[in-house]
Amino acid sequence: MQLSGNEAIALEGVHRTFRSEAGGEVPALAGIDLAVARGDFVALLGPSGSGKSTLLRLVAGLDQPQRGVVRRDGSRLAMVFQDAHLLPWRDVLANVSLPLELLGRDAATRRPLAEAAVARVGLADAARRYPAELSGGMRMRASLARALVTEPRLLLLDEPFAALDELTRMSLDDELRRLWREAGLTVLFVTHSIAEAAYLAERVVVLSRRPARIVLDHRVALPAERSAALRAEPAFAREVGVLQDALRAGAAA
Amino acid sequence: MTGDLWRRAAPPLVTFVLGVALAELLIRALDVSPLILPRPSAVWSAATSEAGPLLAALAATARSVLAGLLLSSSVGVAAAVALAASPWMKRAFYPYAIFFQIVPIVAIAPLLVIWFGYGPRAVVAAAAVVSVFPVIANTLAGLLSVDPNLADLFRLHGASRTATLWKLRLPWALPYLLTGLRIAAGLAVIGAIVGEFVGGGGLGVVVLGAMRQQRTDLVFAAIGYASLLGLALFAAVGLASRLALRHWHASEGGER
Repeated sequence: MQLSGNEAIALEGVHRTFRSEAGGEVPALAGIDLAVARGDFVALLGPSGSGKSTLLRLVAGLDQPQRGVVRRDGSRLAMVFQDAHLLPWRDVLANVSLPLELLGRDAATRRPLAEAAVARVGLADAARRYPAELSGGMRMRASLARALVTEPRLLLLDEPFAALDELTRMSLDDELRRLWREAGLTVLFVTHSIAEAAYLAERVVVLSRRPARIVLDHRVALPAERSAALRAEPAFAREVGVLQDALRAGAAA
Repeated sequence: MTGDLWRRAAPPLVTFVLGVALAELLIRALDVSPLILPRPSAVWSAATSEAGPLLAALAATARSVLAGLLLSSSVGVAAAVALAASPWMKRAFYPYAIFFQIVPIVAIAPLLVIWFGYGPRAVVAAAAVVSVFPVIANTLAGLLSVDPNLADLFRLHGASRTATLWKLRLPWALPYLLTGLRIAAGLAVIGAIVGEFVGGGGLGVVVLGAMRQQRTDLVFAAIGYASLLGLALFAAVGLASRLALRHWHASEGGER
């Protein structure tokens, strides 16, 4: 099976069940169909403990479905996890160049690419500092730089800003939108925050609680240019309302 | 920096001096036989007058301890890497690693002499046998506690098993290994001295000889030298972890 022309990801009838400690079966995903167009910014919104992260890991190829098909175009992907997950024994620059190292690029090409990625997320001054010396927001920026250094075409993010304070989170939201628009990547962003999904994404897919089904597939009617002021506008409130209703319906189902 | 060091070193030094002075007074006042408990001043004069042979013995013991630690840390890390390779490996072999934890070194020291002959080789083996388990156990715990998200990251970028071992798993296990080494250092001194009781050489033989001559003061002096060795090793491992982990977290920089 092939992806159609402009698709970056396609999932068809994807089922994933985990075995619980007690020996029972816990279905995480029950028949997910989802296609993501190249260059789109899609948020997966769902309650905590729904199969969002499972879905992301399937797309990344870190996990396999029991039934159904996951297809992805062959282009390079990168992933950003909950919390920064940097190597504590490496400074920012060395952390950022890690993916290049693992891909076998030589030191001479790694250095300028890593420096550019660090500069892109505004960490040039902190390039030689260690994760323990950085704030949570700076660590997450470093994590973003590490994801961007391989010039991925597909970026998967798993509730990356959930642990950060509100202001830091908002500034990283803006940063991510900017990076997405500059680089023209496809972004799949997992979150449980309604406001974050509405603010960030072009399209929001709302999942129900376990086993996850798609409750709503919604294209966000907001301008491409977004700033903090947007959060106070009626159009934004309307979007939040739509998502909220769907989330509530999915939680009740 | 020196002020900080002084603040930390002063209290134990003061208690040491007071304790020694009190012991001296009590032993004199109660007129305890020097065969049972020599006065600290007598121990001190034995430690200084016999400093030549004691230092030579200390050097021999120290060499055996260091060689034993080198052996147990390299074998221990290699064993931990092998045990961490699969759950099956761990289930099949780890119960036998615990043998090194429960083995009474006094009982197997003669066996080591049968295998390796009298002399430092048996002593090194004894030091290694008693100190290998904390290295295995701690390194294994470190290797198995690798952040699963980081393991995913390595997998995502197609890292080989070797690359994952060197760039993720071993560095991740380093703090655990150093903790294990700190415990191993103290055990290795015990193992070496017990080994020397049977295999000969070093402070172990000085203690045995002094005992036969009923020189309790010299026994105490030898114990003092052995404690210094243990203390120096403990401090060296502490310093090494401070240096190796100085960037990891704030806690390594300050007092713990």
